[in-house]
Amino acid sequence: MQFLGYRRADGKVGTRNYVGVLSAVVCVNEVVEGIVRQVQGTVRFTHHQGCCQTPLDIGIVNKTLVGLGTNPNLHSVIIVSLGCESTDITEVTNKIKESGKRVEHIVVQEIGGSARTTAQGILLAQEMVKEASLQQREPFPLDKLVLGMKCGSSDTTSGLVSNPAIGVASDLLVAAGATSILGEVTEFIGAEHLLARHAANKQVAEEILHFVDRMEKRAMAVGEDIRGGQPTGGNIKGGLTTIEEKSLGAIAKAGTAPIQAVYEYGVNPKVKGLVVMDSPGREPEILTGLAAAGSNVIVFSTGRGAPQGFPFVPVIKITGSQTAVVKMKDHIDMDLSAVIDGDVSLPEAGQNILEKIIRVASGEMTAAEISGYVNSMDIYMLGPVI
Amino acid sequence: MAIDAIVLNPADNVATAVQALKSGQDASVRIKKELLGIRINEDIPYGHKFAVRAIHCGEDILKYGETIGRATKDIPAGYHAHVQNIESLRGRGDLRKEDK
Repeated sequence: MQFLGYRRADGKVGTRNYVGVLSAVVCVNEVVEGIVRQVQGTVRFTHHQGCCQTPLDIGIVNKTLVGLGTNPNLHSVIIVSLGCESTDITEVTNKIKESGKRVEHIVVQEIGGSARTTAQGILLAQEMVKEASLQQREPFPLDKLVLGMKCGSSDTTSGLVSNPAIGVASDLLVAAGATSILGEVTEFIGAEHLLARHAANKQVAEEILHFVDRMEKRAMAVGEDIRGGQPTGGNIKGGLTTIEEKSLGAIAKAGTAPIQAVYEYGVNPKVKGLVVMDSPGREPEILTGLAAAGSNVIVFSTGRGAPQGFPFVPVIKITGSQTAVVKMKDHIDMDLSAVIDGDVSLPEAGQNILEKIIRVASGEMTAAEISGYVNSMDIYMLGPVI
Repeated sequence: MAIDAIVLNPADNVATAVQALKSGQDASVRIKKELLGIRINEDIPYGHKFAVRAIHCGEDILKYGETIGRATKDIPAGYHAHVQNIESLRGRGDLRKEDK
């Protein structure tokens, strides 16, 4: 099986072909929005970080922007900076350039303010979109897919249907040589012993347990029960009682493939197969993390109906809930509710997801893309704003 | 075939309702390939859990054959098993002082 994608100089393959306009720091989001509003074929990455943070977090901002800039769904990149931010723009620009793509950098405090920078950005973006539009899709084997996996607004059906069906699809892709990334480490809590058994070796198993312990300690540091935050109020209404129960359903996305490696937030996997990436469960931060890790398509299971998408990586919404199919119709790409009734088996549902992934990777638009609900983005931070 | 609830692992002491269930009805509960009748004693919303046998206060709650928490009250068979009578054992920053 093959999909139709965009060849990139570094060997990666895009499923979309945008010019990305990236904020170096929270303070230039207005300029980025102004540029993107005026030029078809551009997408934005805006966020709330990049200044007055600990060096640890600034390092994550730098690394995440590099990851996003090198994501193969971006043909080329414009970075907008204010000029006084903590983000290391020289390093970010140079590292994205190493991927072989065109990178332009514009600085508000040098050009003359927001209107002049927006104008310059628009002219640059128009030229870059023209270049991008010349590129055609070509067939590629499935090993060029990097699948990101996420579940959100979960209910009981997530653990019974949509997550295990995604696990089947992930196994099929891994068998075809692709990469599949499991994030949401918070939602390993209570199920980490099962995931650790999936590890390809003892070191990976220990790293999984360490990541979960670290995430649980971050949450416990505030001195409260995490229930209400995890599981969320909506999860509880949907019938999920504890984080352990939510996790046992969430890890079904991992399927049965061995976990080959464990990575920090937003890091590109160096190996093929199933890998784990540190991240929380909230949509903006994990979708950004999966994109920064190089995902060119994301599957997202939902029980109650989650609308969020990402600016330049297609996010496929999959539900096992007949209620979500009806009540969140605008946002659902795949209805697996027949699995609950026993009319469709999980292996069949997983095969259907794989076929959907291939079609979306080849250009079929997702509900999030069509509705423009694609601005769920931010960078995961560990420390305080200072 | 229409069923009312599923027990995901034979070791479990709770079932998950796949229909909204009414107090007083006899629910058809699937365990593996067998069907079991359980009297429902409290309305159970779709997707929520109920005890399939008497669960004592302090007992582990089992779903998927794994511990998902602990009963904070006795939960008789057929009653709603959720946040009002189950606590989590993880992420409990509120318990840290007592642990020391």
